[in-house]
Amino acid sequence: MENNQPTPAIELRNLHKSFGLAQIIQGVDLAIHKQERHAIIGPNGAGKSTLFNLITGKYVPTAGGVFLHGENVSGMKPYQINRMGLSRSFQITNIFAKMTVFENIRCGLLWSMGYKYSFWHLVNRQRNVTDRAEEILQQINLLERRDELAGVLTYAEQRALEIGIAIAGGADIVMLDEPTAGMSASETSYMVDLIRKVTEDKTLIIVEHDMGVVFDLADRISVLVYGEIIATDEPQNVRESAAVQEAYLGTAVEEAG
Amino acid sequence: MSLFIVNILDGLVTGLLLFMLCSGLTLIFSMMGVLNFAHASFYMLGAYFGYQISTYVGFWPGLILAPIIVGVIGAAIERYGLRRVHQYGHVPELIFTFGLALLIEEVVQFFWGKSQMAFEAPAALKFAAFSIAGNAFPAYKVFMIFIAIGVFLVLLYILTKTRIGMIIQAALSYPETVQNLGHNVPLIFMGVFGVGTAMAAIAGVIAGPVLGTFPGMAVLLGSIVFVTIVIGGLGSLWGALLASLLIGWLQTFAAAYNLRMADLLTAIGLTEPADLAQSLLSDLWTLTLPQVGPILPYLLMIIVLALRPQGLFGKRET
Amino acid sequence: MSLQGQQSIGTKTPLIPIRKVLPWLIACGFLLLLPQVFPSGAGLTIMNQMAITIVFALAYNMLLGQAGMLSFGHAVYMGLGGFFCMHLLNQVEYNQLYLPLPLLPLFGGLFGLIFAFLIGSFSTRRAGTVFAMISLGVGELIAACSIIIVVFFGGEEGVSGDRTMGPQVFGFDFASQLEVYYLTAIWLVLAALGMYLFSRTPMGRIANAVRDNEERAEFLGYSQRNVRWISFCASGFFCGIAGALFAINFEILTEENLNLATSGSILLITFLGGVGFFVGPVIGAVVFTLLQTVLSLYTEIWQLYLGILFVLTVMFFPSGLTGLIAMHFRPWNLSKVGLLIRPYAKIAGPALVLLFSAIAIMEILFHARHSSIGSEEMNLFGMTINSHSPVPLIIAVGLLLISFFVVRKLAPGLLDAWQDANHQERET
Repeated sequence: MENNQPTPAIELRNLHKSFGLAQIIQGVDLAIHKQERHAIIGPNGAGKSTLFNLITGKYVPTAGGVFLHGENVSGMKPYQINRMGLSRSFQITNIFAKMTVFENIRCGLLWSMGYKYSFWHLVNRQRNVTDRAEEILQQINLLERRDELAGVLTYAEQRALEIGIAIAGGADIVMLDEPTAGMSASETSYMVDLIRKVTEDKTLIIVEHDMGVVFDLADRISVLVYGEIIATDEPQNVRESAAVQEAYLGTAVEEAG
Repeated sequence: MSLFIVNILDGLVTGLLLFMLCSGLTLIFSMMGVLNFAHASFYMLGAYFGYQISTYVGFWPGLILAPIIVGVIGAAIERYGLRRVHQYGHVPELIFTFGLALLIEEVVQFFWGKSQMAFEAPAALKFAAFSIAGNAFPAYKVFMIFIAIGVFLVLLYILTKTRIGMIIQAALSYPETVQNLGHNVPLIFMGVFGVGTAMAAIAGVIAGPVLGTFPGMAVLLGSIVFVTIVIGGLGSLWGALLASLLIGWLQTFAAAYNLRMADLLTAIGLTEPADLAQSLLSDLWTLTLPQVGPILPYLLMIIVLALRPQGLFGKRET
Repeated sequence: MSLQGQQSIGTKTPLIPIRKVLPWLIACGFLLLLPQVFPSGAGLTIMNQMAITIVFALAYNMLLGQAGMLSFGHAVYMGLGGFFCMHLLNQVEYNQLYLPLPLLPLFGGLFGLIFAFLIGSFSTRRAGTVFAMISLGVGELIAACSIIIVVFFGGEEGVSGDRTMGPQVFGFDFASQLEVYYLTAIWLVLAALGMYLFSRTPMGRIANAVRDNEERAEFLGYSQRNVRWISFCASGFFCGIAGALFAINFEILTEENLNLATSGSILLITFLGGVGFFVGPVIGAVVFTLLQTVLSLYTEIWQLYLGILFVLTVMFFPSGLTGLIAMHFRPWNLSKVGLLIRPYAKIAGPALVLLFSAIAIMEILFHARHSSIGSEEMNLFGMTINSHSPVPLIIAVGLLLISFFVVRKLAPGLLDAWQDANHQERET
């Protein structure tokens, strides 16, 4: 089944995106292997979120292509890409605030469990959905709060729910957009453990500012600066790369200072 | 040919009148994201206030005072009504302005009753400005054209040449940034809403004597106004201008040329059925252009939306 | 304040949970008994009218409440369903079409569904304001067409027919109001149950998800456009049923069944009742029909009152009448409703005075402006007063001001009590 050269889970070929005159992504080539945990880092305004939105189908590339398991998905709608096994979380918490925690997870499950647009099943009767949703709630430690409205959860809980929704559909590629933004140190380490647990055996792509999280989680790191990837390597090498130091970590130090 | 020119001018009057409403509506929409369903009701209020004031001190003071009063009412409604509903989201906002439209119609009937008011053009403008091959063109319509263009030019000047215009333009795209720069965005919103409704009121005062001042005038024009800005593309001022003129001409020409469907069908080689009254197609055969005139804007909307869902000048959905 | 009414669910349910079936059984019993209480023809007519409005409002809320789509032209689907049914009835009468009357609503539903499918194909591409405007345009278009296409819509007279010409069903020919009432009631229950169950299917839930956050739903595999389209079709189906019931009851449909005023009033009814709750539209329809029938007997300006009520509801109680009731569930569950009785009783008197003095002012002003010349006396709350003399007006304004200040003074106390009643002590 497997070739000598396995198809990458995600491949970006000469990807470009511009808004009007502003070129945000200027020629990105990147291959992310199956079951790899890949982090994308870069200074503010480097185009990380744009790259994310290009891969997930929110934006259409100006040129170049996005390949999912070898298939060109550029120009497809988010829901079509999602059905091919890619799901994402959002930088800004993006949950169904007026629905219960349980229902949030269940919404993430329905399509992939084959219910699609069904109006001939009663959701509450579908034992398999309920059980699976509760399993996921267990995984993200929100089972006790299953009947609360998602909008009343604490920030950290909402972030966990966000990830729960993203993984619920059983996608084999999970993309997380700054999952630990705005969290305290203890919340962050909890979140890292959670991410590691729920993305086991999956391909993970993560955009993150917290270097601790990145070096902790990632198998490989890509550094995005002004819409171009200046390095893709293992954490150790990225940390030691002079170019990266200068282009990215240097500015980060300046920012911090 | 001369009739054609008269129709061009008549259509221009209708189109510019539409545009006076559409421009205010567009400004409010692109700024606050709320489509003011009651916009035509402010137009109606303008006509009624203009009439009421004209009974005391004549037409001209009414042209100035009525829009000011309506603008103040509009600003107050923004401040005490809309701003409150804003927190619930856009759909409740739209429902609020819909309720407002119902309420204003009832209030107008409460004070002025159901019948048409005797609101007339000022005597000074009751003459024919010129005539084209025997078709007299009233001076009042010329006056309407000038008022509409004047209002538009003032608006354009304010938006592009003044400081407050710059802030408004910036607030259109980046309300948060403008707020962070220390500008009082809620106050700007209130002002824009007030000015938008005042513009609708000017349209009301000048249209009242021509199109009639009665409680149904808001509904009559209202749906056409919304159709117009959907065709032009929600939030686009130039789209609104183009669509307004297009619909103005479409309606005028449809009303003026009594084209009969029967002639068209005969021309393409069909014969009129003898027992027309019994035929299922009788409506098709008896159809005339003035008859379909009122529905043309809606048909145009559906065609435009089928080809360009975002409207003529609308921004593409991302 | 949350709209959790329609979302709260329990999972470990028995096959037919009695807690959920009971309200339906009570409603059915209620519908069976109503004609015994109001056997008059007028009573039956009002109840039929109510039932039809309930079906229409529930169908409308499938869009507004459950899918977050605001339609300004929804009368079209009910109206078209009704017109088609009227033509079917005429086919039954003149061309011996075999169609038992009780099945007619099914066909009305199908027609509503077909039109919703066609129009929805382009109107549901966008949500929010654009959808609302397109629905308005399409509504106006079809209402205007009704004058032009005389063959189908019958022009200004509309289309009429006779419901009794079909085959008898179990010996009923549906000539009597009572038989029609039971037929309408059965369809009311069927349609309401259908819509209730729809909201409990995966599709119904995803409609909620798209309403709350359409972008997120797209990233879960759902096309927001298809979700809106399917919701729109389902709503069109039930609107068509309402249209058929209208055709059966009134045996005539006119342009009025399609126009903006009808579309607007269903929005008003649904919102007044409460869009966040399944029973909201039911309550809205019942209250509206009663208000319409009763108020219009007493005052000419009832629509003004309705408009004021509507605007105030949108501003202060966006969850509607049902939301107002549901607000009290929490104090009730905490067994703290008792805390509210005293402040409510204290404010009730002044609030009523406020309400009635405001009504008095409007009635006096209206009478003074619009009564025929020479008629200066009017009847107000059973008193005969002179609307042209300033005294009653001054008294009314005085009462209004006094009661307004008393209410304002009492309001903070009520608010405190409300907070107390909603506060749950931490268990130790």
